[in-house]
Amino acid sequence: MFNKFDVLETIEMIEKEHLDIRTVTMGISLLSCIRATAKETAQAVRDTVLKKAEHLVKTAEDLSREFGIPIVNKRVSVTPVSLITAAFPAQSGLVARALDDAANELGIDFLGGYSALVHKGTADYEQTFLNTIPEVLAATVRLCSSVNVGSSRSGINMDAVSVMGGIVKETAALTANADGIGCAKLVVFCNAVEDNPFMAGAFHGTGEADTVVNVGVSGPGVVQHALKFVPEADLTDAAEVIKRTAFKITRAGQLVAKEAAKRLGARFGIVDLSLAPTPARGDSVAHILEELGLSVVGCHGTTAALAMLNDAVKKGGVMASSRVGGLSGAFIPVSEDIGMIESAAAGNITIDKLEAMTCVCSVGLDMIAIPGDTPASTISAIIADEAAIGMINNKTTAVRVIPAPNKKVGDEVSFGGLLGRAPVMPVHGGDSSKFIQRGGLIPAPIHSFKN
Amino acid sequence: MRAVVTVTGSDKRGIIAKVSGFLFERNVNIEDISQTVLGEQFAMIMMVDTSDSSIDFSALALDLENMGKEIGMNIRLQHEAIFSAMHNV
Repeated sequence: MFNKFDVLETIEMIEKEHLDIRTVTMGISLLSCIRATAKETAQAVRDTVLKKAEHLVKTAEDLSREFGIPIVNKRVSVTPVSLITAAFPAQSGLVARALDDAANELGIDFLGGYSALVHKGTADYEQTFLNTIPEVLAATVRLCSSVNVGSSRSGINMDAVSVMGGIVKETAALTANADGIGCAKLVVFCNAVEDNPFMAGAFHGTGEADTVVNVGVSGPGVVQHALKFVPEADLTDAAEVIKRTAFKITRAGQLVAKEAAKRLGARFGIVDLSLAPTPARGDSVAHILEELGLSVVGCHGTTAALAMLNDAVKKGGVMASSRVGGLSGAFIPVSEDIGMIESAAAGNITIDKLEAMTCVCSVGLDMIAIPGDTPASTISAIIADEAAIGMINNKTTAVRVIPAPNKKVGDEVSFGGLLGRAPVMPVHGGDSSKFIQRGGLIPAPIHSFKN
Repeated sequence: MRAVVTVTGSDKRGIIAKVSGFLFERNVNIEDISQTVLGEQFAMIMMVDTSDSSIDFSALALDLENMGKEIGMNIRLQHEAIFSAMHNV
Protein backbone atom coordinates (compact mmCIF):
# COMPACT_ATOMS: atom_id res chain seq x y z
CA MET A 1 0.00 0.00 0.00
CA PHE A 2 0.94 3.64 -0.23
CA ASN A 3 0.64 6.29 2.45
CA LYS A 4 -0.55 9.87 2.31
CA PHE A 5 2.95 11.21 1.75
CA ASP A 6 3.31 8.99 -1.32
CA VAL A 7 0.06 10.41 -2.65
CA LEU A 8 1.16 13.99 -2.05
CA GLU A 9 4.56 13.32 -3.60
CA THR A 10 2.94 12.09 -6.81
CA ILE A 11 0.60 15.08 -6.92
CA GLU A 12 3.52 17.45 -6.42
CA MET A 13 5.51 15.74 -9.18
CA ILE A 14 2.62 16.23 -11.59
CA GLU A 15 1.56 19.73 -10.57
CA LYS A 16 4.91 21.38 -9.90
CA GLU A 17 7.67 19.31 -11.45
CA HIS A 18 6.31 18.54 -14.93
CA LEU A 19 5.98 14.79 -14.45
CA ASP A 20 4.24 13.48 -17.52
CA ILE A 21 4.07 10.62 -19.95
CA ARG A 22 5.87 12.18 -22.89
CA THR A 23 4.46 9.97 -25.57
CA VAL A 24 2.22 7.01 -26.23
CA THR A 25 3.35 5.76 -29.62
CA MET A 26 1.54 3.06 -31.54
CA GLY A 27 3.79 1.05 -33.83
CA ILE A 28 1.96 -0.24 -36.91
CA SER A 29 3.26 -2.70 -39.48
CA LEU A 30 2.58 -1.63 -43.07
CA LEU A 31 3.99 -4.78 -44.68
CA SER A 32 0.50 -6.03 -45.48
CA CYS A 33 -0.25 -2.78 -47.38
CA ILE A 34 2.05 -3.42 -50.34
CA ARG A 35 0.04 -3.44 -53.57
CA ALA A 36 0.84 -3.42 -57.29
CA THR A 37 0.81 0.35 -57.66
CA ALA A 38 1.83 3.32 -55.53
CA LYS A 39 -1.72 4.66 -55.55
CA GLU A 40 -3.26 1.46 -54.27
CA THR A 41 -0.49 1.10 -51.69
CA ALA A 42 -1.03 4.64 -50.43
CA GLN A 43 -4.74 3.93 -50.05
CA ALA A 44 -4.06 0.72 -48.13
CA VAL A 45 -1.53 2.52 -45.90
CA ARG A 46 -4.02 5.26 -45.11
CA ASP A 47 -6.82 2.79 -44.34
CA THR A 48 -4.58 0.67 -42.12
CA VAL A 49 -3.25 3.56 -40.05
CA LEU A 50 -6.69 5.11 -39.62
CA LYS A 51 -8.19 1.80 -38.56
CA LYS A 52 -5.47 0.67 -36.15
CA ALA A 53 -4.94 4.04 -34.48
CA GLU A 54 -8.59 5.08 -34.56
CA HIS A 55 -8.91 5.12 -30.77
CA LEU A 56 -5.34 6.13 -29.91
CA VAL A 57 -6.02 9.75 -29.00
CA LYS A 58 -9.21 9.05 -27.08
CA THR A 59 -7.63 6.16 -25.16
CA ALA A 60 -4.66 8.30 -24.18
CA GLU A 61 -6.97 11.09 -23.05
CA ASP A 62 -9.09 8.66 -21.01
CA LEU A 63 -6.00 7.23 -19.32
CA SER A 64 -4.68 10.69 -18.63
CA ARG A 65 -7.91 11.56 -16.82
CA GLU A 66 -8.18 8.31 -14.90
CA PHE A 67 -4.62 8.27 -13.63
CA GLY A 68 -4.43 12.03 -13.33
CA ILE A 69 -1.15 12.24 -15.21
CA PRO A 70 -0.68 14.27 -18.40
CA ILE A 71 0.02 12.32 -21.59
CA VAL A 72 1.63 14.95 -23.78
CA ASN A 73 1.92 13.33 -27.19
CA LYS A 74 0.07 10.65 -29.08
CA ARG A 75 2.02 9.32 -32.01
CA VAL A 76 2.28 6.57 -34.57
CA SER A 77 5.34 4.86 -35.99
CA VAL A 78 5.22 2.70 -39.10
CA THR A 79 7.36 0.21 -41.02
CA PRO A 80 10.16 2.03 -42.87
CA VAL A 81 8.36 3.36 -45.93
CA SER A 82 11.31 2.57 -48.24
CA LEU A 83 10.41 -1.11 -47.81
CA ILE A 84 6.76 -0.52 -48.68
CA THR A 85 7.53 1.45 -51.85
CA ALA A 86 10.52 -0.61 -53.02
CA ALA A 87 8.80 -1.43 -56.34
CA PHE A 88 8.00 2.24 -57.10
CA PRO A 89 10.43 4.31 -55.00
CA ALA A 90 10.07 7.49 -57.05
CA GLN A 91 6.39 7.60 -56.05
CA SER A 92 7.06 7.26 -52.31
CA GLY A 93 5.63 10.75 -51.91
CA LEU A 94 2.13 9.33 -52.47
CA VAL A 95 2.51 7.14 -49.41
CA ALA A 96 4.03 10.08 -47.52
CA ARG A 97 0.98 12.22 -48.20
CA ALA A 98 -1.36 9.37 -47.22
CA LEU A 99 0.47 9.06 -43.90
CA ASP A 100 0.45 12.79 -43.25
CA ASP A 101 -3.27 12.96 -44.03
CA ALA A 102 -3.95 10.03 -41.71
CA ALA A 103 -1.94 11.67 -38.92
CA ASN A 104 -3.91 14.86 -39.37
CA GLU A 105 -7.21 13.02 -39.34
CA LEU A 106 -6.28 11.07 -36.20
CA GLY A 107 -5.28 14.24 -34.36
CA ILE A 108 -1.81 12.92 -33.47
CA ASP A 109 1.16 15.27 -33.41
CA PHE A 110 3.76 13.26 -35.33
CA LEU A 111 3.98 10.09 -37.40
CA GLY A 112 7.41 8.53 -37.86
CA GLY A 113 8.72 6.04 -40.36
CA TYR A 114 9.52 7.78 -43.63
CA SER A 115 12.70 5.85 -43.18
CA ALA A 116 15.37 3.75 -44.81
CA LEU A 117 17.84 1.32 -43.28
CA VAL A 118 21.01 1.52 -45.37
CA HIS A 119 23.68 0.70 -42.79
CA LYS A 120 25.40 -1.93 -44.91
CA GLY A 121 24.68 -0.63 -48.36
CA THR A 122 22.20 1.44 -50.31
CA ALA A 123 20.00 -0.48 -52.73
CA ASP A 124 18.91 1.32 -55.90
CA TYR A 125 15.35 1.69 -54.66
CA GLU A 126 16.68 3.14 -51.40
CA GLN A 127 18.82 5.67 -53.23
CA THR A 128 15.75 6.87 -55.12
CA PHE A 129 13.80 6.93 -51.85
CA LEU A 130 16.45 9.03 -50.07
CA ASN A 131 16.22 11.63 -52.83
CA THR A 132 12.50 12.07 -52.13
CA ILE A 133 13.04 13.04 -48.46
CA PRO A 134 13.56 16.83 -48.86
CA GLU A 135 10.43 17.37 -50.92
CA VAL A 136 8.37 15.09 -48.71
CA LEU A 137 9.43 16.89 -45.54
CA ALA A 138 8.67 20.23 -47.14
CA ALA A 139 5.24 19.10 -48.33
CA THR A 140 4.08 17.37 -45.15
CA VAL A 141 3.53 18.60 -41.60
CA ARG A 142 3.48 15.66 -39.22
CA LEU A 143 5.57 13.08 -41.03
CA CYS A 144 9.07 12.36 -39.69
CA SER A 145 11.96 10.74 -41.47
CA SER A 146 15.01 8.79 -40.33
CA VAL A 147 17.86 7.02 -42.07
CA ASN A 148 20.14 4.45 -40.46
CA VAL A 149 23.61 4.77 -41.98
CA GLY A 150 25.67 2.55 -39.71
CA SER A 151 25.73 -0.15 -37.06
CA SER A 152 28.22 -1.81 -34.75
CA ARG A 153 27.59 -5.03 -36.62
CA SER A 154 28.02 -3.76 -40.17
CA GLY A 155 30.16 -0.62 -40.06
CA ILE A 156 29.29 2.77 -41.53
CA ASN A 157 27.91 3.22 -45.03
CA MET A 158 29.94 6.29 -46.01
CA ASP A 159 28.23 6.54 -49.39
CA ALA A 160 24.96 7.07 -47.54
CA VAL A 161 26.65 9.45 -45.10
CA SER A 162 27.82 11.50 -48.08
CA VAL A 163 24.32 11.56 -49.57
CA MET A 164 22.69 12.53 -46.28
CA GLY A 165 24.78 15.69 -45.91
CA GLY A 166 23.21 16.90 -49.16
CA ILE A 167 19.73 15.72 -48.18
CA VAL A 168 19.90 17.69 -44.93
CA LYS A 169 20.99 20.82 -46.82
CA GLU A 170 18.28 20.43 -49.43
CA THR A 171 15.63 19.86 -46.76
CA ALA A 172 16.70 23.10 -45.06
CA ALA A 173 16.57 24.96 -48.37
CA LEU A 174 13.06 23.73 -49.20
CA THR A 175 11.79 24.81 -45.79
CA ALA A 176 13.83 28.03 -45.66
CA ASN A 177 10.73 30.12 -44.97
CA ALA A 178 10.41 28.38 -41.59
CA ASP A 179 14.06 28.39 -40.48
CA GLY A 180 14.67 24.99 -42.10
CA ILE A 181 12.09 23.20 -39.95
CA GLY A 182 12.15 20.21 -42.29
CA CYS A 183 15.49 19.26 -40.71
CA ALA A 184 13.83 19.04 -37.30
CA LYS A 185 11.87 16.11 -38.74
CA LEU A 186 14.92 14.26 -40.10
CA VAL A 187 17.32 12.10 -38.08
CA VAL A 188 20.40 10.24 -39.29
CA PHE A 189 21.14 7.25 -37.06
CA CYS A 190 23.79 4.73 -36.27
CA ASN A 191 22.41 1.64 -34.49
CA ALA A 192 18.79 2.79 -34.90
CA VAL A 193 16.35 0.87 -32.71
CA GLU A 194 13.12 -0.72 -33.90
CA ASP A 195 10.92 0.27 -30.98
CA ASN A 196 11.75 3.93 -30.34
CA PRO A 197 8.63 5.90 -29.34
CA PHE A 198 10.33 9.31 -29.69
CA MET A 199 10.34 11.58 -32.71
CA ALA A 200 11.71 12.30 -35.15
CA GLY A 201 13.46 8.92 -35.15
CA ALA A 202 10.57 6.53 -34.51
CA PHE A 203 9.85 3.71 -36.94
CA HIS A 204 8.24 0.31 -36.51
CA GLY A 205 10.89 -2.35 -37.10
CA THR A 206 10.29 -5.40 -39.25
CA GLY A 207 11.06 -7.61 -36.27
CA GLU A 208 8.07 -6.21 -34.40
CA ALA A 209 4.55 -7.59 -34.01
CA ASP A 210 1.69 -6.17 -36.10
CA THR A 211 0.63 -3.44 -33.68
CA VAL A 212 2.41 -2.45 -30.49
CA VAL A 213 2.24 0.34 -27.96
CA ASN A 214 5.51 1.91 -26.84
CA VAL A 215 5.67 4.57 -24.17
CA GLY A 216 8.26 7.24 -23.48
CA VAL A 217 8.33 8.71 -20.00
CA SER A 218 9.76 11.99 -18.90
CA GLY A 219 10.57 13.91 -15.77
CA PRO A 220 13.77 15.98 -15.71
CA GLY A 221 12.04 18.39 -13.33
CA VAL A 222 11.25 15.58 -10.90
CA VAL A 223 14.88 14.43 -10.83
CA GLN A 224 16.14 17.98 -10.39
CA HIS A 225 13.70 18.56 -7.55
CA ALA A 226 14.74 15.32 -5.79
CA LEU A 227 18.39 16.38 -5.99
CA LYS A 228 17.59 19.75 -4.42
CA PHE A 229 16.90 17.89 -1.15
CA VAL A 230 20.43 16.43 -1.03
CA PRO A 231 22.70 19.39 -1.81
CA GLU A 232 25.58 17.98 0.22
CA ALA A 233 25.27 14.33 -0.82
CA ASP A 234 28.28 12.70 -2.43
CA LEU A 235 27.83 11.39 -5.96
CA THR A 236 27.15 7.82 -4.83
CA ASP A 237 24.20 9.03 -2.81
CA ALA A 238 23.11 11.45 -5.55
CA ALA A 239 23.07 8.55 -8.03
CA GLU A 240 20.89 6.63 -5.60
CA VAL A 241 18.41 9.51 -5.45
CA ILE A 242 18.26 9.62 -9.25
CA LYS A 243 17.73 5.86 -9.40
CA ARG A 244 14.83 5.95 -6.97
CA THR A 245 13.22 8.84 -8.82
CA ALA A 246 13.66 7.16 -12.19
CA PHE A 247 11.99 4.06 -10.75
CA LYS A 248 8.88 6.02 -9.82
CA ILE A 249 8.71 7.85 -13.12
CA THR A 250 9.10 4.66 -15.10
CA ARG A 251 6.46 2.83 -13.07
CA ALA A 252 3.94 5.44 -14.16
CA GLY A 253 5.01 4.80 -17.77
CA GLN A 254 4.72 1.05 -17.38
CA LEU A 255 1.22 1.37 -15.96
CA VAL A 256 0.06 3.59 -18.82
CA ALA A 257 1.76 1.43 -21.47
CA LYS A 258 0.16 -1.81 -20.31
CA GLU A 259 -3.28 -0.30 -19.93
CA ALA A 260 -3.08 1.54 -23.26
CA ALA A 261 -2.03 -1.66 -25.05
CA LYS A 262 -4.89 -3.58 -23.48
CA ARG A 263 -7.52 -1.02 -24.45
CA LEU A 264 -6.17 -0.58 -27.97
CA GLY A 265 -5.98 -4.30 -28.65
CA ALA A 266 -2.26 -4.05 -29.28
CA ARG A 267 0.79 -5.60 -27.69
CA PHE A 268 2.64 -3.79 -24.95
CA GLY A 269 5.97 -3.07 -26.60
CA ILE A 270 8.42 -1.25 -24.38
CA VAL A 271 8.87 1.60 -21.97
CA ASP A 272 11.61 3.99 -23.03
CA LEU A 273 13.48 5.02 -19.87
CA SER A 274 14.02 8.54 -20.88
CA LEU A 275 14.56 11.96 -19.43
CA ALA A 276 13.13 14.10 -22.18
CA PRO A 277 13.30 17.84 -21.64
CA THR A 278 11.00 20.54 -22.99
CA PRO A 279 11.71 24.23 -23.46
CA ALA A 280 9.62 24.94 -20.32
CA ARG A 281 11.48 26.11 -17.24
CA GLY A 282 11.75 23.32 -14.67
CA ASP A 283 11.84 20.60 -17.33
CA SER A 284 15.51 20.66 -18.25
CA VAL A 285 18.17 17.94 -18.31
CA ALA A 286 20.85 20.66 -18.35
CA HIS A 287 19.54 21.95 -15.03
CA ILE A 288 19.90 18.50 -13.45
CA LEU A 289 23.59 18.58 -14.35
CA GLU A 290 23.86 22.05 -12.86
CA GLU A 291 22.05 20.84 -9.73
CA LEU A 292 24.86 18.29 -9.35
CA GLY A 293 27.33 21.15 -8.97
CA LEU A 294 28.24 22.50 -12.40
CA SER A 295 27.98 26.27 -12.72
CA VAL A 296 26.75 25.91 -16.28
CA VAL A 297 26.13 22.95 -18.56
CA GLY A 298 29.06 22.61 -20.94
CA CYS A 299 31.82 23.29 -18.44
CA HIS A 300 34.38 20.62 -17.60
CA GLY A 301 32.72 17.85 -15.62
CA THR A 302 29.57 17.90 -17.76
CA THR A 303 30.39 14.60 -19.45
CA ALA A 304 31.00 12.84 -16.13
CA ALA A 305 27.81 14.23 -14.58
CA LEU A 306 25.79 13.18 -17.62
CA ALA A 307 27.31 9.69 -17.59
CA MET A 308 26.25 9.25 -13.99
CA LEU A 309 22.78 10.63 -14.61
CA ASN A 310 22.22 8.45 -17.66
CA ASP A 311 23.34 5.28 -15.90
CA ALA A 312 21.29 5.97 -12.78
CA VAL A 313 18.17 6.61 -14.87
CA LYS A 314 18.62 3.24 -16.56
CA LYS A 315 19.25 1.37 -13.32
CA GLY A 316 16.14 2.79 -11.69
CA GLY A 317 14.05 2.33 -14.80
CA VAL A 318 15.03 -1.24 -15.59
CA MET A 319 13.74 -2.37 -12.22
CA ALA A 320 10.45 -0.58 -12.81
CA SER A 321 9.46 -2.00 -16.18
CA SER A 322 9.05 -5.53 -17.47
CA ARG A 323 10.11 -4.51 -20.99
CA VAL A 324 12.58 -1.76 -21.62
CA GLY A 325 13.71 -0.48 -24.99
CA GLY A 326 13.77 2.45 -27.33
CA LEU A 327 16.53 4.95 -26.79
CA SER A 328 16.44 4.87 -22.98
CA GLY A 329 18.56 7.55 -21.36
CA ALA A 330 18.83 11.28 -20.95
CA PHE A 331 18.20 13.37 -24.05
CA ILE A 332 20.26 16.47 -24.72
CA PRO A 333 18.50 18.29 -27.57
CA VAL A 334 19.71 21.87 -27.60
CA SER A 335 16.58 23.65 -28.83
CA GLU A 336 14.23 21.65 -26.59
CA ASP A 337 15.93 22.32 -23.25
CA ILE A 338 15.93 25.76 -21.66
CA GLY A 339 19.23 25.11 -19.85
CA MET A 340 20.89 24.06 -23.10
CA ILE A 341 19.45 27.01 -25.01
CA GLU A 342 20.77 29.50 -22.47
CA SER A 343 24.17 27.84 -22.22
CA ALA A 344 24.53 27.73 -26.00
CA ALA A 345 23.40 31.33 -26.38
CA ALA A 346 26.05 32.41 -23.88
CA GLY A 347 28.70 30.37 -25.70
CA ASN A 348 29.21 28.02 -22.75
CA ILE A 349 28.47 24.84 -24.63
CA THR A 350 30.05 23.97 -27.95
CA ILE A 351 29.35 21.35 -30.57
CA ASP A 352 32.54 19.57 -29.48
CA LYS A 353 31.33 19.27 -25.90
CA LEU A 354 27.95 18.08 -27.12
CA GLU A 355 29.70 15.43 -29.20
CA ALA A 356 31.60 14.26 -26.12
CA MET A 357 28.35 14.13 -24.16
CA THR A 358 26.79 11.88 -26.79
CA CYS A 359 29.40 9.24 -25.92
CA VAL A 360 27.76 8.70 -22.56
CA CYS A 361 24.07 9.38 -23.02
CA SER A 362 21.07 8.60 -25.12
CA VAL A 363 21.20 9.46 -28.81
CA GLY A 364 23.34 12.23 -30.23
CA LEU A 365 23.73 15.72 -31.66
CA ASP A 366 20.12 16.71 -31.45
CA MET A 367 18.27 19.84 -32.54
CA ILE A 368 21.39 21.89 -33.09
CA ALA A 369 21.21 24.90 -35.39
CA ILE A 370 24.36 25.49 -37.43
CA PRO A 371 25.16 28.23 -39.97
CA GLY A 372 23.16 28.02 -43.20
CA ASP A 373 26.31 28.11 -45.33
CA THR A 374 27.79 24.99 -43.72
CA PRO A 375 28.91 22.78 -46.64
CA ALA A 376 27.09 19.47 -47.19
CA SER A 377 30.40 17.66 -46.79
CA THR A 378 30.82 19.15 -43.30
CA ILE A 379 27.35 17.95 -42.32
CA SER A 380 28.28 14.51 -43.66
CA ALA A 381 31.45 14.63 -41.59
CA ILE A 382 29.46 15.53 -38.46
CA ILE A 383 27.23 12.53 -39.20
CA ALA A 384 30.30 10.31 -39.72
CA ASP A 385 31.84 11.36 -36.39
CA GLU A 386 28.62 10.68 -34.54
CA ALA A 387 28.09 7.34 -36.32
CA ALA A 388 31.64 6.34 -35.37
CA ILE A 389 30.91 7.01 -31.70
CA GLY A 390 27.81 4.82 -31.94
CA MET A 391 29.51 2.07 -33.91
CA ILE A 392 32.51 1.73 -31.62
CA ASN A 393 30.54 2.07 -28.38
CA ASN A 394 27.63 -0.21 -29.33
CA LYS A 395 25.08 2.51 -28.73
CA THR A 396 22.55 4.46 -30.71
CA THR A 397 23.78 7.82 -31.94
CA ALA A 398 22.05 10.28 -34.19
CA VAL A 399 22.39 13.62 -35.86
CA ARG A 400 19.55 16.09 -36.19
CA VAL A 401 21.15 19.37 -37.16
CA ILE A 402 19.49 22.33 -38.83
CA PRO A 403 21.68 24.32 -41.23
CA ALA A 404 19.52 27.40 -40.75
CA PRO A 405 19.06 29.09 -44.14
CA ASN A 406 20.58 32.58 -44.34
CA LYS A 407 21.55 32.52 -40.68
CA LYS A 408 24.96 32.81 -39.12
CA VAL A 409 26.52 32.26 -35.70
CA GLY A 410 24.74 34.40 -33.11
CA ASP A 411 21.37 34.33 -34.90
CA GLU A 412 18.55 32.26 -33.54
CA VAL A 413 16.06 29.87 -35.08
CA SER A 414 12.63 29.37 -33.58
CA PHE A 415 10.31 26.44 -34.30
CA GLY A 416 7.81 26.93 -31.48
CA GLY A 417 6.13 24.32 -29.29
CA LEU A 418 8.14 21.33 -28.12
CA LEU A 419 10.75 21.89 -30.84
CA GLY A 420 11.73 25.14 -29.15
CA ARG A 421 14.39 27.58 -30.32
CA ALA A 422 18.13 27.40 -30.79
CA PRO A 423 21.02 29.80 -31.18
CA VAL A 424 23.07 29.09 -34.30
CA MET A 425 26.27 27.38 -33.12
CA PRO A 426 29.62 27.45 -34.88
CA VAL A 427 31.05 24.38 -36.60
CA HIS A 428 34.71 23.80 -37.43
CA GLY A 429 35.97 25.49 -40.55
CA GLY A 430 38.35 22.89 -42.00
CA ASP A 431 37.46 20.99 -45.16
CA SER A 432 36.26 17.38 -44.80
CA SER A 433 35.15 16.96 -48.40
CA LYS A 434 37.98 14.71 -49.64
CA PHE A 435 37.38 12.30 -46.76
CA ILE A 436 33.63 12.23 -47.42
CA GLN A 437 34.07 11.85 -51.19
CA ARG A 438 36.05 8.65 -50.71
CA GLY A 439 32.79 6.84 -49.90
CA GLY A 440 32.78 3.09 -49.31
CA LEU A 441 32.12 1.38 -46.03
CA ILE A 442 34.01 1.96 -42.81
CA PRO A 443 34.47 -1.67 -41.78
CA ALA A 444 32.72 -2.98 -38.68
CA PRO A 445 34.91 -2.87 -35.58
CA ILE A 446 36.75 -5.97 -34.44
CA HIS A 447 34.46 -6.38 -31.43
CA SER A 448 31.47 -6.84 -33.74
CA PHE A 449 32.51 -10.44 -34.42
CA LYS A 450 30.81 -12.07 -31.51
CA ASN A 451 29.39 -15.25 -33.00
CA MET B 1 -12.89 0.97 -8.92
CA ARG B 2 -10.75 2.16 -6.01
CA ALA B 3 -9.59 5.69 -6.41
CA VAL B 4 -7.98 8.49 -4.47
CA VAL B 5 -9.44 11.96 -4.02
CA THR B 6 -6.93 14.60 -3.02
CA VAL B 7 -7.91 18.08 -1.95
CA THR B 8 -5.11 20.60 -1.59
CA GLY B 9 -5.02 24.32 -0.99
CA SER B 10 -5.21 26.79 1.87
CA ASP B 11 -7.22 25.56 4.85
CA LYS B 12 -10.81 26.70 5.23
CA ARG B 13 -13.96 25.53 6.95
CA GLY B 14 -16.34 22.93 5.58
CA ILE B 15 -14.10 21.28 3.00
CA ILE B 16 -14.68 17.74 4.20
CA ALA B 17 -18.41 18.33 4.44
CA LYS B 18 -18.55 19.70 0.90
CA VAL B 19 -16.52 16.96 -0.70
CA SER B 20 -18.12 14.10 1.19
CA GLY B 21 -21.58 15.46 0.48
CA PHE B 22 -20.73 15.72 -3.20
CA LEU B 23 -19.51 12.11 -3.26
CA PHE B 24 -22.56 10.88 -1.32
CA GLU B 25 -24.90 12.44 -3.86
CA ARG B 26 -23.16 10.47 -6.60
CA ASN B 27 -23.16 7.20 -4.68
CA VAL B 28 -19.40 7.10 -4.20
CA ASN B 29 -18.34 5.29 -1.03
CA ILE B 30 -15.64 6.84 1.16
CA GLU B 31 -13.43 4.13 2.67
CA ASP B 32 -10.80 6.17 4.42
CA ILE B 33 -9.97 9.80 5.09
CA SER B 34 -6.75 11.34 6.27
CA GLN B 35 -5.67 14.91 6.36
CA THR B 36 -2.53 16.81 6.99
CA VAL B 37 -1.42 20.39 7.14
CA LEU B 38 1.91 21.25 5.55
CA GLY B 39 2.71 24.82 6.52
CA GLU B 40 -0.40 26.73 5.50
CA GLN B 41 -1.30 24.12 2.94
CA PHE B 42 -4.13 21.80 3.70
CA ALA B 43 -4.18 18.35 2.16
CA MET B 44 -6.97 15.83 2.47
CA ILE B 45 -6.73 12.37 1.01
CA MET B 46 -9.75 10.13 0.60
CA MET B 47 -9.77 6.52 -0.51
CA VAL B 48 -13.02 5.96 -2.35
CA ASP B 49 -14.82 3.22 -4.21
CA THR B 50 -16.45 4.43 -7.42
CA SER B 51 -17.93 1.06 -8.47
CA ASP B 52 -21.52 2.18 -7.81
CA SER B 53 -21.02 5.80 -8.88
CA SER B 54 -24.01 7.30 -10.66
CA ILE B 55 -21.74 8.93 -13.28
CA ASP B 56 -18.67 7.65 -15.10
CA PHE B 57 -15.16 8.14 -13.77
CA SER B 58 -14.04 10.88 -16.15
CA ALA B 59 -17.18 12.93 -15.54
CA LEU B 60 -16.78 12.48 -11.81
CA ALA B 61 -13.17 13.65 -11.97
CA LEU B 62 -14.16 16.69 -14.00
CA ASP B 63 -17.07 17.58 -11.69
CA LEU B 64 -14.81 17.33 -8.65
CA GLU B 65 -12.20 19.52 -10.31
CA ASN B 66 -14.83 22.14 -11.11
CA MET B 67 -16.26 22.05 -7.61
CA GLY B 68 -12.69 22.56 -6.34
CA LYS B 69 -12.40 25.68 -8.43
CA GLU B 70 -15.61 27.04 -6.89
CA ILE B 71 -14.25 26.66 -3.36
CA GLY B 72 -10.71 27.67 -4.24
CA MET B 73 -9.12 24.24 -3.79
CA ASN B 74 -7.39 21.75 -6.09
CA ILE B 75 -9.37 18.55 -6.17
CA ARG B 76 -8.19 15.50 -8.07
CA LEU B 77 -9.68 12.07 -8.54
CA GLN B 78 -7.17 9.46 -9.65
CA HIS B 79 -7.22 5.72 -10.06
CA GLU B 80 -5.35 4.22 -7.10
CA ALA B 81 -3.18 2.19 -9.52
CA ILE B 82 -0.97 5.18 -10.29
CA PHE B 83 0.05 5.48 -6.62
CA SER B 84 0.48 1.73 -6.15
CA ALA B 85 2.67 1.57 -9.23
CA MET B 86 4.88 4.49 -8.30
CA HIS B 87 5.35 3.73 -4.62
CA ASN B 88 5.47 -0.06 -4.36
CA VAL B 89 8.28 -2.27 -5.64
